[in-house]
Amino acid sequence: MASSSVPFDPRVLKAPHPVPGAPDNWKRFFSFNTDAKVIGIQYMAVALLFLLVGGLLAMIMRGELITPAADLVDPTVYNGLYTMHGTVMLFLFLFPILNGFNNLLIPPMIGAPDMAFPKLNAAAFWLFPLFGIILMASFFVPGGPSGSGWWAYPPVSTQNPLGHFINGQFLWILAVALSGVSSIMGAINFITTIIRMRAPGMTYFRLPIFCWTAAAAQTIQLVGLPVLTGGAVMLLFDLSFGTSFFRPEGGGDPMLYQHFFWFYSHPAVYVMVLPVFGIFSELFPVYARKPLFGYKVVAIASFAITFLSLIVWVHHMFYSGTPQWMRNLFMVTTMLIAVPTGIKVFAWLGTLWRGRIRLSTPMLFCLGGLFNFIFAGITGIMLATVPVDIHVGNTYFVVGHFHYVIFSTITFGVFAGIYHWFPKFTGRMYYEGLGKLHFVLTFIGSTLNFLPMHWAGLMGMPRRVASYDPEFALANVLASLGAFLLGVATIPFILNIVSSWARGPKAGPNPWQAIGLEWLLPSPPPAENFEDDVPTVISGPYGYGLGHPLVEHEERYIARSREA
Amino acid sequence: MTPSPPAQARRFPLAALLLIALAVVADGAVSLWMARVSHLWLPVQASAAAPYVDDLFALETGIGSFIFLGCFAVMAWTLLFNRAPKYDMEDGDPIEGNLKLEITWTIIPLVIVMLIAAHAIRVNDTLATIGSKQRVLGGEQAMQVAGGGQGASAVAEEVGPIEVIARQWSWEFVYPDGTRSAELHLPVNQRARFKFISMDVLHGFYVPAFRLKQDLVPGSVIDYSLVPTREGRYRLRDSMFSGGYFSSNQTDVVVESADGFRRWLAEAARAPLQESPNPAQQLWQDRLAKGDKGWATVPPAPPPIVNVIHDSTAPHEG
Repeated sequence: MASSSVPFDPRVLKAPHPVPGAPDNWKRFFSFNTDAKVIGIQYMAVALLFLLVGGLLAMIMRGELITPAADLVDPTVYNGLYTMHGTVMLFLFLFPILNGFNNLLIPPMIGAPDMAFPKLNAAAFWLFPLFGIILMASFFVPGGPSGSGWWAYPPVSTQNPLGHFINGQFLWILAVALSGVSSIMGAINFITTIIRMRAPGMTYFRLPIFCWTAAAAQTIQLVGLPVLTGGAVMLLFDLSFGTSFFRPEGGGDPMLYQHFFWFYSHPAVYVMVLPVFGIFSELFPVYARKPLFGYKVVAIASFAITFLSLIVWVHHMFYSGTPQWMRNLFMVTTMLIAVPTGIKVFAWLGTLWRGRIRLSTPMLFCLGGLFNFIFAGITGIMLATVPVDIHVGNTYFVVGHFHYVIFSTITFGVFAGIYHWFPKFTGRMYYEGLGKLHFVLTFIGSTLNFLPMHWAGLMGMPRRVASYDPEFALANVLASLGAFLLGVATIPFILNIVSSWARGPKAGPNPWQAIGLEWLLPSPPPAENFEDDVPTVISGPYGYGLGHPLVEHEERYIARSREA
Repeated sequence: MTPSPPAQARRFPLAALLLIALAVVADGAVSLWMARVSHLWLPVQASAAAPYVDDLFALETGIGSFIFLGCFAVMAWTLLFNRAPKYDMEDGDPIEGNLKLEITWTIIPLVIVMLIAAHAIRVNDTLATIGSKQRVLGGEQAMQVAGGGQGASAVAEEVGPIEVIARQWSWEFVYPDGTRSAELHLPVNQRARFKFISMDVLHGFYVPAFRLKQDLVPGSVIDYSLVPTREGRYRLRDSMFSGGYFSSNQTDVVVESADGFRRWLAEAARAPLQESPNPAQQLWQDRLAKGDKGWATVPPAPPPIVNVIHDSTAPHEG
């Protein structure tokens, strides 16, 4: 932290707390703190707690599915478990943890002291524990939590068997709607910050790719979330106040909800995967010691993905009664996404090519994530083609595919990012051995868990089942073993993070010899990053091996970051 | 440092070309083999649509394997030959990009996916002529005008329309002569026409051996047709989540010879109506007996009253 000898100038005094020199105590993490770095850590810590909750739910599910019959829990309990597993992992783990990355990384990467709207930022964060508690409370209301899946398709979601006004589905919709409000508040903040608060000389084509992908992802939030929130409000009215937006007996149409839902919820996958593409693009150059291959094209491809992601949603409804012309149209748009995504994959391979690769934990997670993502992209193309989707849609093939995306790519990227920036934001090094153990267990566990699912799906096992025919037993036993291994894999992770933060070796300002504004700051960075002395950027990011400085007077910043 | 293979490749472009050509041939051979093997991952083919779907899947498996292995080979090469020795803090070659290469890897994937899409659209059109669906909002009158699938002249006879009625959580099939059954019987090589009706929530009509799936939407009647091509007993599963006992909502499709089907239908018509036991009903009774523990669900709909119940002990293929 900045020393207390820093004089308080009026600008700093007017700024929301903490001011430089304010006490650096743990209480700040439990307060309405407006410092983006505190908020970032708040997001990450709470999100990781919910990762454990969601993982526990998954392990109970896999316990149920290790035998064909529904013998561990009642099928209705299984329905609630899988609904809550999906909801927790998306709305309480991935979105928040990526917002944590946005908060931690965007201001230092662009040389800003904080977010554009610090109070809005803190308000967006504090909604997160609120809707987290609301969703968890639904376990304890009569009838249990929502059991209609994270899609909440009506009419199942509006059946309300017990007839109570406060029920699991009601709380679920409330939590999802609040999550949407929080995400919109965050999106406004992140985009404004990236556009308005860049350091001198930091032109758009000198922005780190993480900032490009964050902007591309948050644009989706701004365009798509109002549609989902509108759909959720209509669903809430159908459930609680007897309207019939989606009720056929009242003249409504259940298919309409599917359009509202997927118009946002397909792009939502890109909200999560784009920042992870950003993390890959940041990390491959560092650990291959080479510039990012084709920086400009990779940057622009992010927005190509944003645009295309908004016009593919009907591919979730190929077997719902969609007319042929519409199926063909959406098949073509879905296929087109492979092009900008392919550009990124090839650019990362180009970055690795003839590099000087260092296999530290973040790099291992990046390489594992890239490997899994290429596989997921190929099954994605299969799912995009209508005739194949008619067979494997709504089967375990889809479950395997999207877990390869959501877990084996996105969560791998999240772990990579956590290890890579851990020294920067805690000032401590993690233990490399535990990190590598975490990677090995996670890679084996996820492959064992998600690869056999594809086979079960091809053979015709529907998703969301609590019991299944015996011919699917082998694939499910393997998947369950993989899931339990993934549970074990979190132990070295938790051990590593907790013990390193408490008593890990001190990290220098730039332990990876990385290039980027955040690495010119001390570890952890002071409250307002560069404060008044914002460096002037004179070249693009990732100048590995090029030998030119990133900013004017680079040595001065490096020397100062070492002093702190 | 000893010269690494890429450095040699730079000095001897011919050797590099040969190596790449060899890699591409090997990749192609493995991919071709994967495409062949992909048929083994699928259930038996029992409908006219199935071969088209499987061939498309095999094509995609082949192309996908080629790309996956190609990318993996690059990753593996860099991991084998481009590793920094311990304590080596030097940077790699500062290559910032290559416009020609970037244009190439934009155009080639674009061409590949558009060719796959064009091919899939052709397959779609073929499938539409050998089996069709049409969503009709409204009631009985509208059902009469619904049609489709006129293009298939190869199949002379047809059966139906058979009403497929889905409930939470049972299937009921009503034949044109009024016979009711809880398992679906169809004559082989004849077009079967259906009217899909859901009495409560969304359901999915999914027969993996047919490679076909269609949602049943409450408030709509969906006209659907397909041509079974192989005799046997296959699973029919509910594929669209339908609440509490969703996973128990399955029955069988029995495809028989034309004569066999006629005999079955005649016999079925004479059989007395009886309540069809279904697993959801059984699970629900068990739950009530144990004190109604578990999370909320609507109770199962009353079991359908049918002439022929589902023979749940008979083994099914696919």
